[in-house]
Amino acid sequence: MWLIYFFKMITFNQVHKRYPGGYEALKNVSFDIAEGEMVFLTGHSGAGKSTLLKLIAAIERPNSGSVLVNNQNIGALKGGALPYLRRNLGIIFQDHKLLFDRNVFDNVLLPLQICGFEHRESGKRVRAALDKVGLLKREKSNPIALSGGEQQRLCIARAIVNRPSILLADEPTGNLDAAYAREIMAIFNSFHQVGATLLISTHDESVLQDSGVRRLVLKEGVLQ
Amino acid sequence: MTRAFAQHLGVLRAVLRRMFSSKLAGSLNILVIGIALSLPAGMYMLLQNAQGLVAQLSGTPQISLFLNMDAKTEDIDRLHKQLAQHPAVAGVEFVARAQALEQLKQGTGLSDLISGLQQNPLPDAFVVHPKPGDAQSLDALRGELAKLSKVSEAQLDSAWAYKLEALLKFGRLAVLILASLLSLALIAVTFNTIRLQILTQRDEIEVAKLIGATDGFIRRPFLYFGATQGLFGGIMAWLIVAASLLLLNRQLGALSQLYASQFTLHPLSFGDSLSLLLFSVYLGWLGAWLSVARHLSQIEPH
Ligand SMILES: Nc1ncnc2c1ncn2[C@@H]1O[C@H](COP(=O)(O)OP(=O)(O)O)[C@@H](O)[C@H]1O
Ligand SMILES: [Mg+2]
Repeated sequence: MWLIYFFKMITFNQVHKRYPGGYEALKNVSFDIAEGEMVFLTGHSGAGKSTLLKLIAAIERPNSGSVLVNNQNIGALKGGALPYLRRNLGIIFQDHKLLFDRNVFDNVLLPLQICGFEHRESGKRVRAALDKVGLLKREKSNPIALSGGEQQRLCIARAIVNRPSILLADEPTGNLDAAYAREIMAIFNSFHQVGATLLISTHDESVLQDSGVRRLVLKEGVLQ
Repeated sequence: MTRAFAQHLGVLRAVLRRMFSSKLAGSLNILVIGIALSLPAGMYMLLQNAQGLVAQLSGTPQISLFLNMDAKTEDIDRLHKQLAQHPAVAGVEFVARAQALEQLKQGTGLSDLISGLQQNPLPDAFVVHPKPGDAQSLDALRGELAKLSKVSEAQLDSAWAYKLEALLKFGRLAVLILASLLSLALIAVTFNTIRLQILTQRDEIEVAKLIGATDGFIRRPFLYFGATQGLFGGIMAWLIVAASLLLLNRQLGALSQLYASQFTLHPLSFGDSLSLLLFSVYLGWLGAWLSVARHLSQIEPH
């Protein structure tokens, strides 16, 4: 258990986040997540879960305190270094952020294009990722034609195709029924098995019950 | 083929696909740019031709001295000597009136008309080759020679060439102004095209930023689009100029037959054509760059 002091992947140090308008979304939040750990982030709607995940990806910046990812201080990151931080993160957004002007395959291809993967190699990787989430047969479909659960799995495929060392998921089982939710948790588990670090926000109690996974609980912006 | 190169090719392919995804809109833009560029390019081509003509004619200025009809052989000999010794004259030739008529008969299509004449209407003449000098000194020499006795008229053959030269200077300025204004218009057209593209691709840009795209990656397709559109516009302008030249030359051919002289317009030189294309590529790229710099930073993911 002492290993956490050597292999910290994500560290929050007395982080405050105040949105323009004055609302304090996070108050004095501190925690560590070790490399290869899987952690749930729970709390009521509006508790600050999305805000916390956005701070890790530098989509929002803390007003005070520090956020470290892989020992890099995100707050001090120069604009030019930001893309390379994000390439190391797989993010599953609460609002999906899928692109409906292209098919399933090309949605998953985008992160590889951004990293400059070779054509043949990237094709292989996209199919492997789609296979993992069970969407291989739908590669030619437009994401708009997919069900809610399938869209969610497409988001996961896009997040993992680049084999990031950290996976952030914002309410990935949000509006899904229990069977779909279990399927998706199984995918995360398999990713955990191969050594990735996962932070999954959820308010879905059914997902949490049986697992012995560590939980971070937010309440009105304060870590419990 | 290196990986980076393949990537750039991929972007270019995507750009072309987007440009002609709507054939009409893509072609219209290119046509507008082509017409805008063809105006100064065409005017430039005409100026170049006129310039060539002026150089040809004013390269060897001559003064023609026409003698009075009553000039005798002694007068002619005296004049010949006088002219040959003049310090501003490099050389002098005598053209007898009979010889002049013969030349006129052969040199133009007017032989029938001339054969019908009762008597030779032409006077004897001297062709004076002045030493090199500017327009003013040539004109002064012409004035001086005109006052010699038995000389009825002295004509500086290159006078109109000097006037044309001044006119050309004015024309070049007009082309420059026109080219500058139309270049601005071209930049504005590209600026706006790219602005609309950025707006319609807002989602894609936002997602790309979120999953680690560098600014360069996001900018690239827009810059390529601007440059490619500029290139096609430049090619269009070149084709418009070339087609106009073909029409003009056909018309000139008919005219030349009437006047029994050979004159055709020369097309834009290889260097000028290349400059036109490079310039239009640059303008398109610049318009896109300005637009991207202005609008891309406004899209921040949240
Ligand atoms: N961009 C924003 N501007 C202002 N307030 C915001 C913004 N984003 C979130 N908030 C507020 O911050 C609080 C936490 O939001 P969020 O992190 O989305 O919570 P959760 O994801 O747990 O539902 C909410 O009260 C929300 O209204
Ligand atoms: Mg949320």
